[in-house]
Amino acid sequence: MHALANPLRFQKLTDAILPWVAWPTAVLAPIAFYWALVIAPADYQQGEAYRIIFVHVPAAWMASFAYLAMAAASFVALVWRHPVAEVSARAIAPIGAVFTAIALFTGALWGKPMWGTWWVWDARLTSVLILFFLYLGYMALHDAFEDPARGARAASILALVGAVNLPIIRFSVDWWSTLHQPATILRADGPAMDPSMLYPLLLMILVAKLYMLTVMILRIRLQLTERKIANLRLAAEGRAEA
Amino acid sequence: MTDALLALVRRDLRLAWRSPAETLLGVVFFLVALALFPLGVGASPDILARIGAGVIWVLALLAVLLTLDRLFQHDHEDGSLDLLLLAPLPLELAVLGKCAVHWLTSGLLLVVASPVLALLMNLPPDAFWALPLALLLGTPSLTLIGAIGAALLLGSRRGAVLTALLVLPLYIPVLIFGVAAVDGVVLGLGAKAPFLILGAIQLAAMALAPWAIAAALRLASE
Repeated sequence: MHALANPLRFQKLTDAILPWVAWPTAVLAPIAFYWALVIAPADYQQGEAYRIIFVHVPAAWMASFAYLAMAAASFVALVWRHPVAEVSARAIAPIGAVFTAIALFTGALWGKPMWGTWWVWDARLTSVLILFFLYLGYMALHDAFEDPARGARAASILALVGAVNLPIIRFSVDWWSTLHQPATILRADGPAMDPSMLYPLLLMILVAKLYMLTVMILRIRLQLTERKIANLRLAAEGRAEA
Repeated sequence: MTDALLALVRRDLRLAWRSPAETLLGVVFFLVALALFPLGVGASPDILARIGAGVIWVLALLAVLLTLDRLFQHDHEDGSLDLLLLAPLPLELAVLGKCAVHWLTSGLLLVVASPVLALLMNLPPDAFWALPLALLLGTPSLTLIGAIGAALLLGSRRGAVLTALLVLPLYIPVLIFGVAAVDGVVLGLGAKAPFLILGAIQLAAMALAPWAIAAALRLASE
C-alpha cells in the first residue's frame, strides 16, 4: 500500500488498470440496459414499472459502497498521512453523492405507482437520505478552510464518524418493519428472484461498479494533476521572486 | 489527573456562570421558538397535543446546536485550547469534562424547562415525566455529537451554517427515538425500547465521540 503513496507509481498502476475497467463499461453497459429494459420479462404484479429496480438497486449499492471506499481512504489518510488516499476520498465523494441522489430519485419514481406516494419516512429511506447529507457535509467541510490540508483532514474525521450510518442502512430493513422491502439478493437462503430478472440485475450492478471504478480513477488522476499544477505554479512564482 | 479534570470543569462552570446571557441563550430560544408554533399552525389544543412532543424535540436539537460554538470557540481564540493540548491530562478526558459542563449549562436547562413547554403545548399528563426523562437521556448525546462538528469547524470560514449541515443529520436518530419514547408513553404503546435505545446512543456517544473530538481539536491547533 505504501508503494501507492507515490503519485507517479499510482499513475503507472492506473494506466494499466484503466483500459480493463473502461472498455468493459463501454461494452457491457448497452448490453445490460438492453437486457434489463427490453429482454427481461415484465413482472406479473408490477408490470413494466418494476424495471426501475435495474437502475435503483445498482445505484443504491454503489451509494453505500462509495461511502465505504471513502471512509476507508479517509482512515488510511488519517493514520498514515497517505497523500493519494486523501485525494481519493475527496474524488469519491461526488460520485457517491450522485449515486445516492439517483437511488433516492428512482426510488421516488418507483414509490409513486407502487406505494402510492413519492416518499415515506421509513428507516431505509431516512438513512439513505442521511447518507446523502453526509456526502454533502463531507464536501462542504473539505472546502471550508483556507488551508486545504486542514480541510482534507477534518473531512476525513467526519467521513469516519459518518460510517456508523452504513450498518444502519444495511440492516434498517431487518431491524424495523419498513415499507421498503427486505434484502432480496444477499440473503442466507439465496436470492429470492427469478433468474430471468436476477441475471440482468447482476449485470447492471457489475456495470455500475466498473463505471464507478473508471470515473474514480479518472477523478483521482485529475485531482493529482491539479495538485501538481498548483505546486508547479507556486514553484515558478517562488523562482520569479528570487 | 482527577484534580486537573475537576479544575477544568470548575473553570468552565465558573465561566458559564459569569456570562448568564450566553448560557441562557439556548433555553430562551427554546421558549421563544416554541411560541411560534401555536401561532403558525393554529392554537387548537388537539393539534398542539399531537405535534407537541415532536416540536419540542426539534427545538431541543436546534437549541443545543445554537450553543455549540461556545464549547471550543473562546478557548480556541484566547489560546487556552493550546494549553489544554499541552497539558498532561489526556485530551479525550478533558473533552469529556468540557462536554459535561456544556450539557449542564445547555441540555440540563432544556430538561428543566421542558415541563413548562409540555404545558404550553397541551401535552397529556404522562408527558410531564416522559418528556424530561427522554430529554435527560437524549441531550447528552446531542452535546457529544455536536461537539464533533464544532471541533471540526474550528477556524473555518463559514462555521455556523456548516455546523448545522454536519451535525443535524447525525442528530436524526436521537430525534426519532426521543419522539418515539414520548409518544409511546402518551399513546400507551409501551416506550421501553426507545428509552433503552436513547440510553444506548448516549453510552456509545460517550465512549466514541471524545476520540473524534480530540482528533479534531489536535488538527485545529496544528
